[in-house]
Amino acid sequence: MKNKTKNGIGLHIVKRDAIPWYKAMGIRGLALLISIAVCAIVTWALTRQSPLGVMQTIFLGSFASTRRFWVMMQDLSVLLLISLAMAPAFRMRFWNIGGEGQVMIGCLATAACMINFGKSLPNGLVILISLIAAVCAGGIWGLVPAVCKAKWNTNETLFTLMMNYVAIQLCAYFIIIWESPKGSGKVGIINQKSHAGWLPTIGKYKYLLTVIVAAAITVFIFCYMNYSKHGYELAVVGESQKTAKYVGISVGKVIVRTMVLSGAICGLTGFMLVAGSDHTITTTLASGRGFTAVLVAWMAKFNPFGMIFTSFLLTFMSKGAGEVASNFNLNESFSDILTSIIIFFLIGCEFFIQYRIVRQKEAK
Amino acid sequence: MLEGGSTGKYLCCPLSFTQAGGAKVDTKRQPAVSMRGITKTFGKVVANDNVSIDIYKGEILSLLGENGSGKTTLMNMLSGIYYPDSGHIYINGKEELIHSPKDALSLGIGMVHQHFKLVDVMSATENIVLGLKEGRKFDLKTVADRIREICSKYGFDLDPDQKVYDMSVSQKQTVEIVKMLYRKADILILDEPTAVLTPQETEKLFDVLRNMKKDGKAIIIITHKLNEVLEISDYVDILNKGKFIGSLKTSETNAQEMTDMMVGHAVKLNIDRPEPKDVKPKIEISGLTVIDEDGIPKLQDVSFTINSGEILGIAGISGSGQRELLESIAGLQKIESGSIKYYEESGKAVELVGTNPETIRKMGVSLSFVPEDRLGMGLVGNMDLTGNMMLRSFRMGGGLFTNRKIPHDLADEVVKALSVDTPGLSTPVRRLSGGNVQKVLVGREIASNPTVLLTAYAVRGLDINSSYVIYDLMNKQKEKGVAVVYVGEDLDVLLQLADRILVLCGGKVSGIVDGRKATKNEVGLLMTSLGGAE
Amino acid sequence: MFNFDIFFQSAVKQSIPLLLGSTGETLTEKSGNLNLGIPGIMYVGAISGVIGSFFYENHLNAAEAAINPFLGICIPLLCSLLGSLLMGLLYCFLTVNLRANQNVTGLAMTTFGVGFGNFFGGSLIKLTGSSVPSISLRETSKCFQKTLPFADRMGVVGTMFFSYGFLAYAAIVIAICAAFFLRKTRLGLQLRAVGENPGTADAAGINVSRYKYAATCIGSMIAGLGGLYYVMDYASGVWSNNAFGDRGWLAIALVIFTVWKPDFSILASILFGGLYILYLYIPTGTNMAIKEIYKMFPYLVTIAVLIIMSVRNRKENQPPAALGLPYFREDR
Repeated sequence: MKNKTKNGIGLHIVKRDAIPWYKAMGIRGLALLISIAVCAIVTWALTRQSPLGVMQTIFLGSFASTRRFWVMMQDLSVLLLISLAMAPAFRMRFWNIGGEGQVMIGCLATAACMINFGKSLPNGLVILISLIAAVCAGGIWGLVPAVCKAKWNTNETLFTLMMNYVAIQLCAYFIIIWESPKGSGKVGIINQKSHAGWLPTIGKYKYLLTVIVAAAITVFIFCYMNYSKHGYELAVVGESQKTAKYVGISVGKVIVRTMVLSGAICGLTGFMLVAGSDHTITTTLASGRGFTAVLVAWMAKFNPFGMIFTSFLLTFMSKGAGEVASNFNLNESFSDILTSIIIFFLIGCEFFIQYRIVRQKEAK
Repeated sequence: MLEGGSTGKYLCCPLSFTQAGGAKVDTKRQPAVSMRGITKTFGKVVANDNVSIDIYKGEILSLLGENGSGKTTLMNMLSGIYYPDSGHIYINGKEELIHSPKDALSLGIGMVHQHFKLVDVMSATENIVLGLKEGRKFDLKTVADRIREICSKYGFDLDPDQKVYDMSVSQKQTVEIVKMLYRKADILILDEPTAVLTPQETEKLFDVLRNMKKDGKAIIIITHKLNEVLEISDYVDILNKGKFIGSLKTSETNAQEMTDMMVGHAVKLNIDRPEPKDVKPKIEISGLTVIDEDGIPKLQDVSFTINSGEILGIAGISGSGQRELLESIAGLQKIESGSIKYYEESGKAVELVGTNPETIRKMGVSLSFVPEDRLGMGLVGNMDLTGNMMLRSFRMGGGLFTNRKIPHDLADEVVKALSVDTPGLSTPVRRLSGGNVQKVLVGREIASNPTVLLTAYAVRGLDINSSYVIYDLMNKQKEKGVAVVYVGEDLDVLLQLADRILVLCGGKVSGIVDGRKATKNEVGLLMTSLGGAE
Repeated sequence: MFNFDIFFQSAVKQSIPLLLGSTGETLTEKSGNLNLGIPGIMYVGAISGVIGSFFYENHLNAAEAAINPFLGICIPLLCSLLGSLLMGLLYCFLTVNLRANQNVTGLAMTTFGVGFGNFFGGSLIKLTGSSVPSISLRETSKCFQKTLPFADRMGVVGTMFFSYGFLAYAAIVIAICAAFFLRKTRLGLQLRAVGENPGTADAAGINVSRYKYAATCIGSMIAGLGGLYYVMDYASGVWSNNAFGDRGWLAIALVIFTVWKPDFSILASILFGGLYILYLYIPTGTNMAIKEIYKMFPYLVTIAVLIIMSVRNRKENQPPAALGLPYFREDR
């Protein structure tokens, strides 16, 4: 063939037909191993400790004590909950990166109910009202961009992004209003004496309830996405709006419904954070997990059970890196560096699952 | 008149250089382009089989052929989009290798595609200079002046500062042509330029083309409209199923002769055609008019009846309004005016205009539709067979959850009944071959026991055996009393499968003929508007 | 008493990081890359400059030499550019070559960049075994803050227009140049075509990947300068973790607010900067809470702009049509 590629590289990228699941997992596993090796090198360069010792420290970050284990489980559950909320929207190809704001507004609604009704209403009712308020607030935060998307095709990525800061500033506003003691800039523990609106602890495990809720929502989202009519509709809308119209699915309705669900689960997460574990509200309560959740959901390909693994991976690494950092008197942000190295490798490796590189024989 | 050898009359594959053009050799004519023995295959499909043509300076050549006859493929090789498997291309007598559109342009070859490649938010001028690397200074004013010069020279009507999103289709086409002229193309290829134009705009385009011809440019028009061939071109080269059939001087030919060459011989296919029984009107369409977003009328005052127990064939060159017609009935098209009446079992008529697929379903009208765009509309490529079967049935039953058992069984049944070649029911349909994808789609649409079955190009891209399976399925539906609509492109199939054939031309009904009596030439003429339509 | 000149000056000082960030992001988005890593890149730009200048000042302290103003500026400047360039290259490699999702890649870059900045900001002293108590680069900062000599003699005009370090003027020049580049040059036209319709650009012989790389990397470097300005000029060379805050996201909001026009951004960034500090100048008594509501305004107006743009649906004011979408030739 006298036909040569113009760029002189002679390499051509072709989409793979199909790849068996074990091969795909193999590629991901390999990427994970390489990324851990890179993390080890980085850690070694900064601490000069033997990689094995570092590994041990990382492991201890999550498993050194029962307390640490439960803290890790709590963080894992929260991250998982937000990721689960993202999944249906992403399956529908709706880029909701407003998880942070949807969680924060849920926190705010919960805190508002606890503060305002804590003294006047019975505990159970406070919890119920807080829950409803948080879920509704999160739902509204999801609803607004969805309605605009459905009606005017407003760019949802930018919209949900902006909504994050509206929510955070609202929290900041109310934190100053509610601050106690005055002038501290903090809300402090809400209803510290009465525990009004606090979720009950199961036995002696403070975080168990969050874990149970996360597990229940995992199962729920799995069923919702795979077995429910709604889940089927949103998958069709995500794949092809033309097909959706062809079979008589109302695209706008599905977008709005899915985003409300997405926001509502974020609101629930906010409720769990304030009523369940922290009993206070700060502007950093979500601490970027709304964004990390996007990565968790993406890396698991929106599979709820896959997300358990990816959120465990990220929480585990972050706890471990935090442990390394504190052992060596380094900044705790060390964990962000290590987790993002792993994320870079895991999102990069998807290329090798989707495509393969062949030597070019013929220009098309 | 075509029975027996016809090749004697027309020159087949002119092989030598000087003899090209056969009996009409004119020694003064200078070929700007000579393509020799061009073959191009895509997988198993032979798109061009040893084709040789010549294009002369100062002349307009029409490239005529049915859909899929390989016209566009041939021209894409000249403009650098494809590279031929074998054969030679000579430009102004010198052999050249054309690897990219850039190569083609540097040889003075410019092609205007059916789908315009323009940036919407930019002005005509900006689109025209896009990708050019001329001169040091970037001055859009001078460019605009040069564009005006070109426009006045050839008689284009174009405002260089107008934004593309504000333009009509014809203006966009003008930008594309001027873009090529600005790049000093003197061999110009237009792919079905009139398909998107109104008659007035077509007239205007032809005036411009005549001016360009006077200027010594070589122009090729890919088309299947005979009246336009006769009106504008000096010569016409005819392709059929990838093969070169012949070259005619338009002043010495007529529509009949061209149609015969274009459609070829009637071929006996041995498709069953049971006699229709119990025929009664199912859908009555009257005065249906559809206008697209660009304001182009796609259907004009279309009226006809679809009967149950009968196959109604719809013929027409592509883009004559077939898609809009079917989508109108299926509730997917915005309808300007007219009515579509559906007769229920009881004989009661209900109006389908102003509905959508959801309301049609709720009205209890069992309508199945096999759209042309299989993976983009009819099926979801990334879902497996069961998931795709569910598209029609997922609402069944109460409760929040889908029943996967029914679609799973249906998928299994379709795979067995139509012998779909698939690794399993959980394979995403995009991994199946075209024929198998079609079987899945048709199988699903028939499974819902429709009273009306609409199909668009149901056998396109299918091998012979699969095609017969599909014909068989449609006949069975017809015998069950279903009203079947078959939009097709192969006239032989239409003539041997359909009971009646409706011919569309430019969005109008140019005739309805009896499938058992009509001849291929008759239908061919109706398709190219020289028959019944005004 | 409300002093407009002082208010204006503070607003401008607030605005420069936003202006640089949004100019960089606008260039990037014009190539069709929605780089949500900009907040991270600004952190990296800042910390890279800090690291460079930290070593330089330590070296000076050891040698007991005075700062050389030229080196004092160039070392952090080059380090900052290099740091943000590497971030831009990483983003392009992942999204253009490896075809990773732009949103996901961008968010990961932000996590990384912010973590990187805070980590080195918090650990630099420990890692280098230095004896200084905190990162405070006063000497370098003085080089960056140097204003025109006649500024204080010009009264109000001097305060309002001539009282800034050179990076502030550079930011305005860069924004004007970027606007000119996008509107009036051949390369700018082709870049816009890549972001609007990469298929058409490709067909016209424009190398889509090359344009995406160039625009994203240059955009990242410009945004990185925003981080550098913040720490060296605004914060007087004192690094404190998370002090940069959400300015990176505000820069992205500014891109939308200015409908992808860097020259609009000069004034709009001052408006955003003004809203950011407005609470200091409005008598709210003891009500500190209201300032948080003011800080919300930039985001609210951006949302309003976003909605209005989509409702009016004017083609000129839309995001680049191919924004966030990957481009592969096979799909053509």
